[in-house]
This record gives sequence, C-alpha cells and structure tokens, in this order.
Amino acid sequence: MKLQMRITGGLAFALAALLGTAAQAEDITVKLGVLNDMSSLYSDIGGQGSVVAAKMAIADFNPAAHGMKVELVNADHLNKPDVGTNIARQWFDVDHVDAIIDVPTSSVALAVNEVVREKNRVFLISGAASSDLTGPKCSPNSVHWTYDTWMLANSTGKSIVKTGGTTWFFLTSDYAFGHALERDTKAVVLANGGQVLGGVLHPLNTQDFSSFLLQAQASKAKIIGLANAGGDTINAIKQGAEFGITVGGQNFAGLLVFINDVQALGLKTAQGLILTETFYWDMNDGTRAWTKRWQAERPGKFPAMTVAGVYAETLHYLKAVAALKSATDGKAVVAKMKDMPTDDPLFGKGYIRADGRKIHPAYLFEVKKPEESKYDGDVYKLRATAAAEEAFRPLKDGGCPMVTN
Amino acid sequence: MFEIFGIPSQALFGQLLLGLINGSFYALLSLGLAVIFGMLNIINFTHGAQYMMGAFCAYLLLQYLGINYWAALIIVPIVVGIFGIVIERLFLQHLHKLDHLYGLILTFGLALIIEGVFRNYYGSSGQPYQVPEALRGGRNLGFMFLPNYRAWVIAFSLVVCLATWYAIERTRLGSYLRAATENPTLVRAFGINVPRMVTLTYGFGVALAALAGVMAAPIYNVSPQMGSDLIIVVFAVVVIGGMGSIMGAIVTGFVLGIVEGLTKVFFPEASNTVIFGIMIIVLLLRPAGLFGRPA
Repeated sequence: MKLQMRITGGLAFALAALLGTAAQAEDITVKLGVLNDMSSLYSDIGGQGSVVAAKMAIADFNPAAHGMKVELVNADHLNKPDVGTNIARQWFDVDHVDAIIDVPTSSVALAVNEVVREKNRVFLISGAASSDLTGPKCSPNSVHWTYDTWMLANSTGKSIVKTGGTTWFFLTSDYAFGHALERDTKAVVLANGGQVLGGVLHPLNTQDFSSFLLQAQASKAKIIGLANAGGDTINAIKQGAEFGITVGGQNFAGLLVFINDVQALGLKTAQGLILTETFYWDMNDGTRAWTKRWQAERPGKFPAMTVAGVYAETLHYLKAVAALKSATDGKAVVAKMKDMPTDDPLFGKGYIRADGRKIHPAYLFEVKKPEESKYDGDVYKLRATAAAEEAFRPLKDGGCPMVTN
Repeated sequence: MFEIFGIPSQALFGQLLLGLINGSFYALLSLGLAVIFGMLNIINFTHGAQYMMGAFCAYLLLQYLGINYWAALIIVPIVVGIFGIVIERLFLQHLHKLDHLYGLILTFGLALIIEGVFRNYYGSSGQPYQVPEALRGGRNLGFMFLPNYRAWVIAFSLVVCLATWYAIERTRLGSYLRAATENPTLVRAFGINVPRMVTLTYGFGVALAALAGVMAAPIYNVSPQMGSDLIIVVFAVVVIGGMGSIMGAIVTGFVLGIVEGLTKVFFPEASNTVIFGIMIIVLLLRPAGLFGRPA
C-alpha cells in the first residue's frame, strides 16, 4: 500500500515538474543590475535617475509581449572599485544578474569590466568616461554608450583652442578618469598648436580648491582645464568666481559638465561655459516627451546624458536578448547588439562599433545667460553638432586588441 | 623674490594665507566638538550634519524668506541650536551614564538619517548661494589676490573662537560648566541646575557648527555631503589637539590648516591624508593629544 502510494506520488510529481518546466521553457528571465553612485558627488548624474530610466526601458520594451520576464536590482558602489567589484561578483555568482548597467567613476568601471569579462556577462556602460574602456581595455562583453574622454577632449577641447584658448593649465582629479581626460585633452591642445603650461592633481571629492586655483592663477595660462566632474567641478568654478579668475583674464574649460552641475551653479555663475553633451532634454519633441515621463518619478530634476544613455542601452540590450532568445552568453548578446542598428527617441539612429563604442552625434553647448533662459531647465544653446563618425576616436587609433586592422 | 624649495616665496605666502583660512573652519568646527566632548563627554558625530544643516538653513532662509547672510549669521545658529537641544533632551540625556560608544553610534546614526533626508529632497549637486554684496571682490596683496570674504572668515572665526575660550575659561558661567563636568553631584548640591547646563552647552556646540555652516555656504558647495567630507578631518584635529582642551582645538585647527595648505603646494596628492599622518604620529608620542590632559 505504502509503496503504491510512493510510486503514484513520485509519478505525479515528475509529471507536474515536466509540465511545469514545459510551461516555463517559453519564458526567458533576464535580471538587470544598475550599479552607480547613490550617495555622493556623482549621485545626481546617475543615482536614482538611472534606475528610473532603466525601469522605463523595461516598460517600453514590454517583456510579456516577447515571452520574457525582466527583473531589476540596484546598488551603490560608493565610488570605490573594491565595493563595485564585490557587488558585481555577488550579483553574478549568487543573484544570477545578466547585465550590469551605468557605473560612473571610471576606476570602478575598469574594475567591473574585468569581472564581467571573466564571468561572460554583459556590461552596459553609461556613466563612466575613460576612453580606455574601448581602447586597451576593450572587451567583447562591454558596450560603452553615452560619451568618453576622447570625445569630450575633441569637442570641448578643440573648440576652445580654435577660439583662442592657446595656453592651458590643468586641474585634474587624481584617479583614472581625471588622468584619461587630461591625457586626451593635452593631445588635442598640442595637436592644434596650443601649449600646456602645467597642471596639478587634486584628490577626488575636494571641498576647497583655493590653493589649486592660486597655482593656476600663477601659471598665467589663458585656459584652466577642469579635468574633473560632479561636485569637484562645481566647487572649482564657484571658488574660481570668488578668486576673480575671469576678471584676471583667464577662463575655465569645463571638460565634463552635466546639466545638473549647471543647475547647481546657477546661470549667473555658469553662463558662457562651453561643454559637450550627447543628449539635451529640450532638443526635440522626442526628448521632451521622454523627459516628461522621466520627471513623473523625479520631479524638479532634469536628466543628464548618462541617464538617457541608461535608457537607450537597456532597451537595445533587451531587443538583442529577444532576438537571440537567451541572455546567458554575454559575448553573443553583445555581438547581436553590434549587429543590430540602434534607434531610440533620445539618441536617434546609430550603431555600435567592433570595439564596443556606440556612435552618435555630439553637441557643443554654451550655457545661456540668466536673461536668455525662459523656463526652468532652459539652460543650453547649441553651438555646433559633430556628426557621429567624427565625434568619436577612429577605430584604428584606440589600441583595442579586438580590432585587428 | 626668493625661492623656498623651488617654490617662489610669493606662491608660498599665498598658500599659507589660504591654509589659515581653511584652518579657521577647522578651528570653528573642532571648537564645537571639543566643547561638547570636553564638557559633556559625548562624541558628537552629528557635528558634520549640523554644519550642513546650518548651510542649508541659510540657503532656505534666503530662498524662501529673503533673509540675507547677515541676519542668517544670527538666526541660523539659534534655530539649529534649538534642534540640537531637542536631540539632547530626546536621546542623549539617557546616554550620559553609559559608555562613550553609545553616544557615538547614536549620533552617527542621526547624521546618516539627516544627510539622507536632505539628499532625498535636494540631490547631491548642491544649491547656489552667493557671497553677500558687502564682501564681494577682493584686493590684490601683491603675492596673491585675497577675496574679501575669505579675509572676513579668518577675522570672524578668530573672534568667535577667542570669545568662546574666554567664556569657558575665564567667566563664572564657564567655571560652573567646568565644575559640573568634573563633579555633577557636588555642583547640584550648590543649587545649580546641572541637566539644564548640559543641554544648553550641547545646544551651544551645535550652534557653533551651524555658524561654521553659514560661513561656508557662499564658498563651499551647499550639498548634503558637505558635512561628512569635513567631519573626519575635524575629528582628527580634535584628537591631535587633545580631546578636552578648548585652546588646543583652536590652535591645532589653525596650525593644521596651514600644514594642509603647504602640502597642497609641495605634494598636492597627499593633501587629503597629511592630517591623518600627523594624527598617527601625535597619538604614538602623546596619546592625550598635544594640549590634552592625560586621563
């Protein structure tokens, strides 16, 4: 009697399991992780805003229609490479995350890049800047979307040199990103007939720039290149106004400035700043409509280009997974992403190159004067547009081992 | 002019002056911390958050009520001081008899909560706050351009620091306070309301932090993490100066500001860490701090 019950029970269980897996075989589960700075100087250019953008991408993709289930997790890497890699490893090994998204702070991105390569998952980079990510450190598992230091140097740097800023002094954030940005901008300045008179390295997240500004003033360089970002750039420009930098005939070159920095400085202080972004919320109807939806969850804030990048790359990634019907092989998904041309309301039409670099136009903006701004968020006027092919470093110059010719 | 270690003397004097300015912030903040620890035996980790609240209060007063910097210098310390008194009455008074660590953990937790709330509403990029009209511009001293506002910072913090030191070390009220910390029971027997003194002292320490915040608002970025960036350095200053010594905190604040300024000239990458290096050396040689009284 007992044996009979056991056999029946076992058969029933096996049948249920078979039916169960048969039903689930059609549903691909994809898990995404947004990893960025949620609490410190870079939290406004990503942070919660990136999480919202990723959620919007998932909603717009409509997983149910493709027979997929998409989950989203997020974490704070505190701008520390060891924290970032620990979270990445835990996500990959324990939580079965398939793709990591955003990761500003280039030192963290470079470290996570290696973990992703090792585990054969996907790295969708938006926040990080270092051009090394598509250069010597390029990876078949990574896509570098929004911008990079070479593009910034070639856009902002070149335009400033061409309009008379021939002598430079650099204020550089002392880590991977600052060094990369200074190196790329130095190359552009020298190539266009300019001179670099000197530079000083400052620790990440510096409150007081007075002594560095003093050294910049003493150099008598026409342009003080700010090879830093976020709170550091804001502090440097604010204190520069106090020390009469512009009155003394020098100018700041904000090599990486986001719309959030301009809001924090206020138009009175920031007016006239030249900067490059690849997305502006007020560019066209598509960007405006998207921004309005994003602002429903982030009232009063405006999305930086890195947030827009998170939306666009997440959407493209999900499309690639749907086409492949699987998310497990990172290399295959990225190869598919490079295969498919991109199209979204934020960056327009574009494509991803062999080295993982996403190509799209770059816009040179100038910050409006306070009287020119008609409504909240109306801060930029468009100076020039660089076509996608010219905006980014040529494929052969990057030193990427994957590019053989 | 002549050169010192390859740096022209002009640049050096400029950096020394800037170091003095930074030192005045360190002195003001470490004074508040030293008063609270010296008098109340509480390790007040909320100090950085209270400094940030002072700056934000000044910003909010200007933004929504049109109250300018000068009035804010008086109103903000009172407002934030009252907030400090509330914290003391609600939480800290229960921890006096316990180990120091409980106060540390409680105040640290409070700091995280306060910062998180502000960051939730305001983001981390910061709010704009202009230098007041009367202090704009600067004068060319020959070896550097000194903004008027920075000169005001040195002068005002010196005055506040010396006034506080005088009040605690040389007046009757100060002597009651010092007696109350050494032997509360005996002092109570004389009819002096010890718990009220303790509460008011904590409020005063917090008010000092808020005052530093108002003074920082025009020149440093008014952001929720402005306090946490500074508080670790200030703790190092207080430890070097000696945890219970008021004059020690003031002198050490200014001196360390100058040392940091010099480091920024000769080896800028280490400017973040030089103060901690000094702290390690001082603790190895004089564990009670430079001016502290050994326990």
